Amino acid sequence: MALLNNIQAVNHALMQEMERDKSIVVFGEDVGYEGGVFRATVDLQERFGVERCFDTPISESGIVGMAVGMAINGLKPVVELQFCGFTYPAFNQIISHVSRMRNRSRGRFTLPMVIRFPFGGGIRALEHHSESPEVLFSHIPGLKVVAPSTPYDTKGLLLAALRDPDPVIFMEPKRIYRAFKQEVPEEDYVIEIGKANILEEGEDITVVTWGAMVRDTLKAVKKANEKGIYPEVIDLRTISPMDQETIIDSVKKTGRILVVQEAVKSFGPASEIMAFVNEKAFLHLEAPPARVAAPDIIVPLARGEHYYMPHPDMIFEKINEVVNFLT
Amino acid sequence: MLTDLYNPFEGKMFQILDQDGNVADEKLIPDISDAELVRLFKIMLFTRTIDRKALMYQRQGRMLTYAPNEGQEACQIGSAYALEQRDWMAPSFRELGAWLTRGVDLETIYMYWYGNEMGSKVPINIRILPVSIPISSQMLHAVGLGYGAKLRGLDEVAVAYFGDGGTSEGDFHEAMNLAGVYKTPTVFLCQNNQWSISVPKQFQTASETYAQKAYAYGFKGIKVDGNDILAMYAATKEAVEKARRGDGPTLIEAYTYRLGPHTTSDDPKRYRKDEEVEAWREKDPVKRFRIFLEKGGLWNEEMEREYLAEKEAEVESVFKEIERKGNTEFDDIFLYQYAEMTPLLKEQYTQWKAFFEERGML
Repeated sequence: MALLNNIQAVNHALMQEMERDKSIVVFGEDVGYEGGVFRATVDLQERFGVERCFDTPISESGIVGMAVGMAINGLKPVVELQFCGFTYPAFNQIISHVSRMRNRSRGRFTLPMVIRFPFGGGIRALEHHSESPEVLFSHIPGLKVVAPSTPYDTKGLLLAALRDPDPVIFMEPKRIYRAFKQEVPEEDYVIEIGKANILEEGEDITVVTWGAMVRDTLKAVKKANEKGIYPEVIDLRTISPMDQETIIDSVKKTGRILVVQEAVKSFGPASEIMAFVNEKAFLHLEAPPARVAAPDIIVPLARGEHYYMPHPDMIFEKINEVVNFLT
Repeated sequence: MLTDLYNPFEGKMFQILDQDGNVADEKLIPDISDAELVRLFKIMLFTRTIDRKALMYQRQGRMLTYAPNEGQEACQIGSAYALEQRDWMAPSFRELGAWLTRGVDLETIYMYWYGNEMGSKVPINIRILPVSIPISSQMLHAVGLGYGAKLRGLDEVAVAYFGDGGTSEGDFHEAMNLAGVYKTPTVFLCQNNQWSISVPKQFQTASETYAQKAYAYGFKGIKVDGNDILAMYAATKEAVEKARRGDGPTLIEAYTYRLGPHTTSDDPKRYRKDEEVEAWREKDPVKRFRIFLEKGGLWNEEMEREYLAEKEAEVESVFKEIERKGNTEFDDIFLYQYAEMTPLLKEQYTQWKAFFEERGML
């Protein structure tokens, strides 16, 4: 066991898997010599050489486009895009090629690769560094989208992503990169992509969240517990493909659902969850599905960011509201 | 090196065969056997036959949108012939001659234009990526293929095909830059056919040539007469060998002309003059190579008549077969989204399949 924070867990998983799988190459802006602006790839170049962990020019489309060719020619590329807002120059490659190559070629060419980047706000960063663009990727068939919330999950999900036969978008909640440490087993383990994790069992309401919002949600849930309300808390772990089964089973038990997301409210993952809960568990519902999200605004710069981020009290109040609907 | 002898900054263009099939300097003729010369010419004729038939089928409402190649056969076939079996090709969508040269069957090619993804399931022993529609995006794939080969110690080369308009895209710059930085075994093959749909060169670039752009990225470029199959072969061969030696990328500007429309959806008469097209007809790559072979006693009218008759019949029979079995299998549209269908996808597959099954539409 090692006591690791989230960013160390990324590094630990990469280190371990690069040792095991010689086809893995890690590259991106500042990931080589520097070890990444958040230190996710620190020591990788020293250990595995400049060919397997290297710096690229500032060239996001180039990084992802090159990864396509490398994956076809026998390598397993793991690319880092420095911030969520810098994924946009690579969109043409991600959406037009990464997600489509298997289907386009009817299985002749496949792209086992991982695209990692930090997402979400809360670190008082510059513009373009704080968004939560999960849906931009989860709306695209052919991609898988993962967002871990703990060091344990980070390692298990990253190892799963590195062994997946298809491209995986690995979104790391940077607000909690160094927020806490957790015991992470040294040994090899994977957490299955596409399976959610029930963090707390409860009967009164299902609360679904992921990424950095897991901690805020658990704070709110603790307050609710003090009031005698016992939510069932689900950490999605994977945004796409979404584990509908775990959510539906839970809603059938609790009759109520709240989704907590850091992304802006409209057209987000919460919208999708509320839609399939209505489709598949409508007659079990005792209250309208609810969500806590950011308002539909561009993430403000540092001095206004706290108005954007969903506040734990919003979650607590919404839990109360849904649980006490029509009483 | 040809790249030194034909410096694009000096306004030079590499040519072996002039437009009348004459050779100015016999020493430049590449070492290709007579049988192979004839085979290459046959691929040219076959390309043109497939092209014209496809246009006709499209006009008859039997084929969908099609991007014709007429006029560009030499640069496609000459360049592809310089590749070894183990080399890679990252094409755009106007490289029919190159696909045929590398041995792809007509059924696969027509299947693509007929609107079925099975046409992008490139035969397993042939290293061509599927058609890439987003302009220039495939250039980066060629850089990655080359990086992969280099890292794995394999002496493979990757060639990226793109057009003159493609040089204006960001991915052109990123691919050229990355290939220069990592010295990947990549050859950039620009088919400068003078028109990007309706836009001519003066609205595409302020550079004198496309070839000279290579110099900004730290490697060499060469402008080649793209209607001269021998020059295209020789220039590509040199670039491929250089890449294979580990000496990095080369940009080849194949100076050619699209005699037909951009695709069947476009009418080139709206944006260019008939006289211009007629002048380029005189530079036809098929015409000049035919004269060259006839002079050498390797080809004659009768051979051409026989060959064309045979190939026309073949194209017709392949297309009839495509019309018979070219519709997409329902299962195929779900099966290849991921290695394994996700639970939600399985659910949707069952629902949609039932809908079409109930109506006898499968």
